[in-house]
Formats: sequence, C-alpha cells, structure tokens
Amino acid sequence: MDTKPRTLRPSERGLNFEMLLWLFTRLSALAMYGLILVGLVGALIMGARTQMNFADVMRWTFMPTATHVQSTNVQDLGPWSTAFWKAVGSALLVVASAHGARGLVAIADDYIVSGRGRLVVRITSVVALIAMCVIGLYVVWTA
Amino acid sequence: MRVTTRNVSPTTALRYKGQGPMLTFILHRIGGLGMAVFVSVHILSSFVGGTTGIYLNSLYESWVFQIVIFFFVMFHIINGLRITIFDLWPSLLVHEQEAIWLEWPVFLALYGFAVLVIVRTGLGS
Repeated sequence: MDTKPRTLRPSERGLNFEMLLWLFTRLSALAMYGLILVGLVGALIMGARTQMNFADVMRWTFMPTATHVQSTNVQDLGPWSTAFWKAVGSALLVVASAHGARGLVAIADDYIVSGRGRLVVRITSVVALIAMCVIGLYVVWTA
Repeated sequence: MRVTTRNVSPTTALRYKGQGPMLTFILHRIGGLGMAVFVSVHILSSFVGGTTGIYLNSLYESWVFQIVIFFFVMFHIINGLRITIFDLWPSLLVHEQEAIWLEWPVFLALYGFAVLVIVRTGLGS
C-alpha cells in the first residue's frame, strides 16, 4: 500500500496542459452559470413573468436565441433578437462547445488508452469543436 | 504518470457499488453525452434546414423530448455546480456527502416543476 500523502502541493503537482484543461472545465462551468443568470434576468426584464412559462424561460436561458421564444406568448420578438443577445448566445455556444469537447475527450480517455488512439481523439475533438463553433455562430447570427 | 491499462474488467466496474457519488457521476456523464449529441444535431439541423432539419427540430420541440433533455441539462447544471465548488475549494470536501444529499431535493424541485409545466403545455391545457 502507498502510505505517502495523496495530495501534492501545486509546485510538486506541476501545471501541464491537461491540468489547464481540467481547470478550464471548472472555470467554463462558472462562466456558463454567469451567462445563464444574464439570460434569466434579461428574460424577466423583457416580460417573461407574464408571457412565458418556467420551461420556456429555462429553454431561453440555456440558449438565448429568438427562435426559442417563438412558441411562447411573447408578442414582440424585437428585444429578444438584439445584437446583445446574439453576443450572449455566441459566448454561451463557444464556451459550452469547448466544455463539451473536453468532456467527450475525458470520457473517451476512459476507454481509449493507447497513445495513438488518444492523439486521434484529441485531433478529432479540436476539428469537431472548430466546425461546430463556426456553424453554430453562423446559425446564431443569421437565424 | 499516465495510466494506460485498466486493472478491472468492465463487468467488475458495473458491479461496483459506489452508491450516491457514483450515481451522480454516471448521471453527469450520461447527461453530458446526451447534451453533446443533442446540441450537435440541433446546430446542424438548424443550419441545414429543409425538410430534415425542420423535422428534427420539431422532434426536439415535442414535450416527450423536452422532458428527457431537461433531465440531462438540469442535472448536469446542478451536479456540475457541486463539482466545481468542491474542486476549486477542496477544503470543503469533508461536506461532500451532505452536498450530494442537498443536491437531490434542489434538482427534484426544479426539474419536477419543469416537467409539470412541460406536460401541461404539451397536453394542451
């Protein structure tokens, strides 16, 4: 049995790229809580209290695009489709995609253990991430 | 050092009784995977449009699908907040079990209310 203490000081632990990605997953989560809060407060300011139900507000906060309020009682989609909300949506899209791509790599690492396999997973994840961001940004700004 | 071999078989892993924390771990993973698939297909179907895109997006709007994706998203968000807090402030880890107990009523209240609203709207109240 290993009797040495299992926690290392940060200086001993090192700060490699994988560690930075681990940190990114946590910090991007915090950023998404902030963006969701912006969406929630914004929806309430724009009249969600009387025009939308709880599930519709959640759907809007998860991704604040005007198409997500089309099926509600909101009459004027104008305030919901401003450049501000497209920017918030874009930020959420990019941060969430990166968080998700990293998560998929973490899951794949549990099953794909060869160095070559892991390299393929990493390259694929970066290509897919860039493609999803570009397509997603196009959808957000043209929808 | 990178671990490159497994010393337990998948069947042993499946029988592992990790209980509460293990359940949150596996649900977090299922939710994350589900969201990755959903978001990717949703972005692509919105981009492609046409009959296929509109059909897929209308499928996503159905109340049955909303119940599933809301489970994935809301559990991932609430469980993720716990993970983030404990990972960034590890000195709190002694209270992890209590946090997992607390997590469930918060999740069930919010998710239960969302499901109620979705079902009532879906059945055309």
